[in-house]
Amino acid sequence: MKARFEVNGREVEVAVEPRLTLADCLRHHLRLTGTHVGCEHGVCGACTVLVDGKAVRSCLILAVQAEGSRVVTVEGLSNDEGLTPLQASFRKHHALQCGFCTPGMITTAHALLSEEPECDADRVREVLSGNLCRCTGYVSIVEAVLDARAAYKGGSR
Amino acid sequence: MKNTFIGAPMERREDLRFLRGRGEYVDDLEVEGLLHAVILRSSVAHGRLASLDTSAALKCPGVHAVITAKDMPGGVPIIPMRLQPLPEFKPYEQPVLAYDKVRYVGEPVAVVLAESVALGEDALEVIGLHIEPLPAISGHTTAAQDRSLLFEGSGSNCALVFHARKGDADAAFREAPYARRERLSTGRHYGLTMEPRGVMAQWNAETSRLVVSGAAKVPFFNRRILAKQIGLPETAIEMIENDVGGGYGARGEFYPEDFLIPFAARHINRPVKWTEDRRENLMAMNHAREAAADIEIACTRDGTILALRGDVHNDMGAYMRTNGAVGARNVCQFLAGPYRVPHVKLDSHLWMTNKTPVGTYRGPGRFESNFFLERLIDMVAADLDIDRLELRRRNLVTQAEQPYPIAHVQPTDAKDQYDSGEYGAAFEQCLREIAWHEKAKLCGRSIEGRYHGLGISCFIEGGAAGPKETARLEINDDGTFSVYLGTTSVGQGVETIFAQIAADALEVPIDRIRHVHHGSTHYVSEGFGAYHSRSTVMGGSALLDATKNLNAAIRAAGAKRLGCDASAIAINGDKVSSSDGHSFPLSALAGLTAEGTFHNHHHTYSYGTHAAHVAVDPKLGRIEIIDYVVVQDVGRAVNPLTLRGQVIGAVVQGLGGACLEHLQYDGEGQFLTGSLADYLLPTATDFPNLRCVITEDYPSPNNPLGAKGAGEGGIIAAGGALANAVAHALAPFGAEPRTLPLSPSKLWELVGRKKA
Amino acid sequence: MKMPPFDYACPATLAEAIALLSAHGGDAKVLAGGQSLVPILAFRLAAPKLLVDLRKLTDLRTIKITPDGVALGAMVRWCDIESDKRLRTAHPLLLAAVAHVAHYQIRNRGTVGGSIAHADPAAEIPGVAVTCEAEIVVMGEAGPRAIKAVDFFQGALTTALKPDEIIVEIRLPPWPAGRRWGFQEFARRRGDFALAAAALFYDTDVTGKAANTHVGVIGVADRPLRLPSVEAVLNGAAVDVATIAKAEAATIAAIDPDSDIHASGAYRKALAGTMVERALKMAAEQT
Repeated sequence: MKARFEVNGREVEVAVEPRLTLADCLRHHLRLTGTHVGCEHGVCGACTVLVDGKAVRSCLILAVQAEGSRVVTVEGLSNDEGLTPLQASFRKHHALQCGFCTPGMITTAHALLSEEPECDADRVREVLSGNLCRCTGYVSIVEAVLDARAAYKGGSR
Repeated sequence: MKNTFIGAPMERREDLRFLRGRGEYVDDLEVEGLLHAVILRSSVAHGRLASLDTSAALKCPGVHAVITAKDMPGGVPIIPMRLQPLPEFKPYEQPVLAYDKVRYVGEPVAVVLAESVALGEDALEVIGLHIEPLPAISGHTTAAQDRSLLFEGSGSNCALVFHARKGDADAAFREAPYARRERLSTGRHYGLTMEPRGVMAQWNAETSRLVVSGAAKVPFFNRRILAKQIGLPETAIEMIENDVGGGYGARGEFYPEDFLIPFAARHINRPVKWTEDRRENLMAMNHAREAAADIEIACTRDGTILALRGDVHNDMGAYMRTNGAVGARNVCQFLAGPYRVPHVKLDSHLWMTNKTPVGTYRGPGRFESNFFLERLIDMVAADLDIDRLELRRRNLVTQAEQPYPIAHVQPTDAKDQYDSGEYGAAFEQCLREIAWHEKAKLCGRSIEGRYHGLGISCFIEGGAAGPKETARLEINDDGTFSVYLGTTSVGQGVETIFAQIAADALEVPIDRIRHVHHGSTHYVSEGFGAYHSRSTVMGGSALLDATKNLNAAIRAAGAKRLGCDASAIAINGDKVSSSDGHSFPLSALAGLTAEGTFHNHHHTYSYGTHAAHVAVDPKLGRIEIIDYVVVQDVGRAVNPLTLRGQVIGAVVQGLGGACLEHLQYDGEGQFLTGSLADYLLPTATDFPNLRCVITEDYPSPNNPLGAKGAGEGGIIAAGGALANAVAHALAPFGAEPRTLPLSPSKLWELVGRKKA
Repeated sequence: MKMPPFDYACPATLAEAIALLSAHGGDAKVLAGGQSLVPILAFRLAAPKLLVDLRKLTDLRTIKITPDGVALGAMVRWCDIESDKRLRTAHPLLLAAVAHVAHYQIRNRGTVGGSIAHADPAAEIPGVAVTCEAEIVVMGEAGPRAIKAVDFFQGALTTALKPDEIIVEIRLPPWPAGRRWGFQEFARRRGDFALAAAALFYDTDVTGKAANTHVGVIGVADRPLRLPSVEAVLNGAAVDVATIAKAEAATIAAIDPDSDIHASGAYRKALAGTMVERALKMAAEQT
């Protein structure tokens, strides 16, 4: 089956089996390997991407369901010149170690801060409770997201 | 110029790629002609392999081959042990593929090679696997009956008993005025990594060379095993370490797949990649921590500990893994923890059961033994009517007693001594940090329906396992430096920490250390890897040796060029200069390289204390951690930022093991926790209130950095601290936790029907 | 954990969707948010030949609030419910329950209809549906029918849906101002399925005593349960400490939950009682 959708601002068309997940499509057909697969049953959050502006688990979406959607991955939230304010905040607070959960944390935090730049620590923890991290123990991740709020309040990212 | 990069909380270099999704983990790799391996695993816990019919699978679309034991006519290779490779363990080592019996749910039986993972999994469903079930051994008590044997030839389900001895415990117990005996146990859980395992193998038939990607932890050792098993010289095999999504002791040991995938690549003469999925990972990555203790402690009436005696029964699963004996040995060798215990008689039994085999998980054996002892100490304090803080104070080892010898373990002949530290100082600091004395009156009090409690637990953490490590430095074309390490990365930040060490030792700005390469076998002549908290000490010390050797080489080259004495040469930024002002650029020496090594037979012992303040809702069985503090002395901190990350990360893993994570089996050895909805990991909302304080009061005398391995202390005392806090919160109910994990259901049962 | 192969259709109308289901007998499955179905397929616990994606049926994604009550279109997502301010007064019990459902990312995709059709015994929305005597409106080849919630949930992951039927709407009866309600859940971690939960409401008569009490418990049986014996304790009584204690005891007496790897039956029993007790306290203290 064919599916056409937008990924990181670019129109793509893929020919895939219906059973192929969006996560696998991004990783193997489009070679955007920043989105990671940690469980394939919708629990760990490592596969989080934005679809039409909303953070979703790409392992629970069929690639063919993405037809006509706007998909943004961690690569689409990055640039070649340096780190975005959210990424810089993660680095400053040592909010990552092995890096495997990190793309999911970045996309989820970006979605949250875009919608709720005034969120407090409890809200950040609540939203991130759907993203598992095994290395950091979360404290530094929450600190990093809170510290990045300033960049979203002005409307910049 | 005197640098001070060591000790600076520097931001990490590796973050630049991880934050942008530009990391390269093994499943990200793609090569031309790649086939995907999918593994058929036993769904029966114990049985005879009656028949295996792959004919239907071979006809499935996209399937190229199905590998079984029949494809190994010379015999199915057996995985040897890496640590404590005692002859007693030989009968219990694992074949890379089951060929006559299966012994655990998840044991590999066949490998399908297909054009996609999905097509491979389709083929799995039509493989005719018939297993005649045998009675399953579901725990150590059944194992001890020896009625059903996992390994008929060996005659016993007990692989070995470790004996930890010090002084004369039997005499001490005979004469002791007080003793207490308890049964305590820790539940099975494991070092689940967010990235499941993976291996990609590429075979070049023309050159007879094998390249294996996905290596981690101990690639040099694994290469040695693979070379022997597959019949190639080590020099024909290259192991490449890509980015690694966590290790914690579980990833990187030699597993069946580490042979099966390279074998498959050579067998079919195409590159082969295997990516473990989460369902597999739960049943195939090393399990850990399941131990049942029946131990007693003897004391004087004033609370001086005299002796520890008893048995610990370790549930080893179906095979002895490469490092499976470590936890069982540690649990008896280190049961005394940071306390002065003159007499020890502990036997640690290794029982084979029909469950996933056991390996190390951060703080192996130490998490278990800390829980056992620290619960006992609180019970003793209550019996003797001595304040539990005072009891600990009286028995914590002091700096004046260092190096402090611990129990001797046979048959491994493991003798050790703690290196340095005033354990009571960390203890007092922890009490201050959590404001224990202000909060002590809350213990056992109900506030808004929740009972408050404080708990404390003291630990030592062994690190810097030997025997040696290697590092290499090379001058690049532009006069910058590259570092090559036998140390491996599992996410702990080696690229940054070793740049700090190198920059300080070479006395150059840190951006002159351009690259830190790690893990892969082509970087250094020999490497030993990352385990037992050894990277900073062993790799770092080897790097210091390498910088010494490189400095000498630069001075010799400089002396030749500038026609002066080597002692008159110095490096200034990107130039080599002599004391009389002549110089040339470092880039002129591009290609100059020097190796360094560090040999070590003395472990380091980081130490500290955990304190927890909890509020328990007895009707829900819910534990809320109001405050949690770790004070840990690490000798010398290379990077305080990453060190804090290690401690907090370890604490959360420990708390997960104390109240959430539990790998469960039924009486027939059926695996019950097969998804992340069943195996519960801590999330961001579970333990938000954690703090740590790092001190550098007592450097280790055993290495030039003075550092102590410090990645495991955060996990070791978490079970003991939490359980003690809960015990004190629920004291009005007489609830004494003796088993981990403390699930809500278990906690509620502890409380029982008693009303406070 | 790759899914078994299936065909995929994305019909533009409800009639097309029904026709597809009908043509495939029991071999076709409806795909709504996918948050429950896709994991089942990933574990190969089901192998449908066809998935019928409802995402083009945008008519099913409306929330209608009228004097007849709250009608949730089957494709309404959790995030739609959370962001609909009208529900704060139109159905506060629904809002409170939805706050416990799963996690942020799942709430952006998961649907009410999907949750109802999946019928997990520990899911919040089936529990609210049973407590509130909701009607599940389904459409099939034979036309529409409205099924009472208590008849709809027939067991664990088992409903009254015929193979050709699709849920189109969940109708909750109107919610009067002044109604007292409580929702209490205890799960191992935030967003997990309930170990036990209570969803209840009552109105008050002129003397302030409870009337029209509806008490439902979640996670203690193979489906959500109304507890008439508990309701009988409350109806006509002042909801004070003594009555609440009686209601807790009646809850415990009325249920017989199983044990599983997460909790013993005895614990779940007691927990359900505590959930009812705390939900009643919550209701009684509402201003």
